[in-house]
Amino acid sequence: MITHPATLDVERTAGLDPEVLRRDFPVLHQEVHGKPLVYLDNAATTQKPSSVIDALVRYYEHDNANVHRGIHELSQRATNDYEDARTVVQEFLGAAESEEIIYTRGTTESINLVTASWGRANVGPGDEVLISAMEHHSNIVPWQILCEEKGARLKIVPINDDGEFLLDEYERLLSDHTRIVAVNHVSNALGSVNPVREIVDLAHERGALVLIDGAQAVAHMKVDVRSLECDFYAFSSHKIFGPTGIGILYGKRSVLETMPPCESGGDMIKHVTFEKTIYNDLPYKFEAGTPNIADAIGLGAALRYVNNVGLEGIGAYEEDLLAYATERLAAFEGVRLIGTAKHKASVLSFNLDSIHPHDLGTVLDREGIAVRAGHHCAQPVMDRFGVTATVRASFAFYNTRAEVDRLVETLHKAREIFA
Amino acid sequence: MSDLQDLYQELIIDHSKRPRNFGSMDDADRTADGFNPLCGDKLKLFLKIEDAVIRDVKFIGAGCAISTASASVMTDMLKGQTIEQAASLFETFHYMITGPKDPQHVGTGLGKLAVFAGVSAFPARVKCATLAWHTMRNAISGKTEAASTE
Repeated sequence: MITHPATLDVERTAGLDPEVLRRDFPVLHQEVHGKPLVYLDNAATTQKPSSVIDALVRYYEHDNANVHRGIHELSQRATNDYEDARTVVQEFLGAAESEEIIYTRGTTESINLVTASWGRANVGPGDEVLISAMEHHSNIVPWQILCEEKGARLKIVPINDDGEFLLDEYERLLSDHTRIVAVNHVSNALGSVNPVREIVDLAHERGALVLIDGAQAVAHMKVDVRSLECDFYAFSSHKIFGPTGIGILYGKRSVLETMPPCESGGDMIKHVTFEKTIYNDLPYKFEAGTPNIADAIGLGAALRYVNNVGLEGIGAYEEDLLAYATERLAAFEGVRLIGTAKHKASVLSFNLDSIHPHDLGTVLDREGIAVRAGHHCAQPVMDRFGVTATVRASFAFYNTRAEVDRLVETLHKAREIFA
Repeated sequence: MSDLQDLYQELIIDHSKRPRNFGSMDDADRTADGFNPLCGDKLKLFLKIEDAVIRDVKFIGAGCAISTASASVMTDMLKGQTIEQAASLFETFHYMITGPKDPQHVGTGLGKLAVFAGVSAFPARVKCATLAWHTMRNAISGKTEAASTE
């Protein structure tokens, strides 16, 4: 008998108390270079609550077995937990059926699955694929490869100086040749929240499908794929407090059913002879080989944890924290914020004077502050803003105003060093 | 902040802000590109070589304080060195930054380059310090592909 106790010991009150929630994250309670850790690299990966770590340990200590081959008790338990997690994901995304939830290794693999399977079958010479100017490399390169292979055109929806998606330009670029639109929900480099509902509506009017890269969105806001009406939605477990190595591709059943399998092997078949193979039903058609069982169960535990904290409270808390951090950095002499969209989530990209982001990152690290310094796998975004890299502080609900203050104090120290 | 001061010594800050030998060279005998794909640091190195002696060195590019200062100090040191001496400087420099710590020998024979000894305490920054040197090694050995720190 497997239970999923929420380790959350916080009372559900109106406001979210980060100090209480921080207790659930063992890794946060340590010193780095002799200073208390300030973890502001959540857009790269998030930390894991005890309930997720416990779920992994529990699985390996009690239930480890292969799934879908359930003659024995352990296999049955593993299968149940693995499939329970799929249902948790389905409910989390508001999908109609759990068969529409495909386990992948992460957002990157989810996008590659779509380009390799749906793309190869549906994109041809003269067709067009639309992406935005603020995509992560993982939502650029697979489409580039597809377009090159098929003689299709990759078109880029521009963004403005604040890092906002330009809907009117997008509308102009959409055409009857557009087969699919692939955009991120939230930009990893800029934090911009994109108008995905409008993007989907406009694409559908022209008969194009829409894939949304939700890697930076799901941990910060409620996503409902049915109200978005998107055709695909991808995200990674490790960016929402779950384990690495597992992610999700949501696809509408009507679309997934028309798609050929991407990888072949065990589990994705119904019947094999040397003459012909009958493929399995959804979602197994896309899950060849023994899957990442433990981490899928860990993802389920992570989403249960997020549900317990409540995305509404998380969103409100993070909005306030981001506003505070933005205000403090904007007031800091020499800081240039990159990404100043009206609607943003949990990302603050910036440069200080002419100090190279890596030098700034090193100074912050020595003060125990973890940030990302670099191009954030979004080189076209860096080019757009005329920089080679930025420093990026990215927040989760366990971050506090006091941590923002430490970031700002350390910027003063950096200025002294590089003055 | 003491190890930070070790890393960002005055000389390094000075060279990063006012890099020496910065600019391109029209009549270079050897050129090579260096690139660090992780951080985007880029460098182009120009060498004027006569009778196996480096007569002039220049570089252009954009990078962090460590990589800019390293290129600047390196170009200063290379002038007048034979190609063999340059190759041996590469080995000594590389060993100082990546080799096992030996306090007795840290920086010996490296002159100004010894200011980069502090980099070894910052593994994430080793590639910044060595980019110019890898590029130099490619230039003197005539390799045409960009030197990469990866």
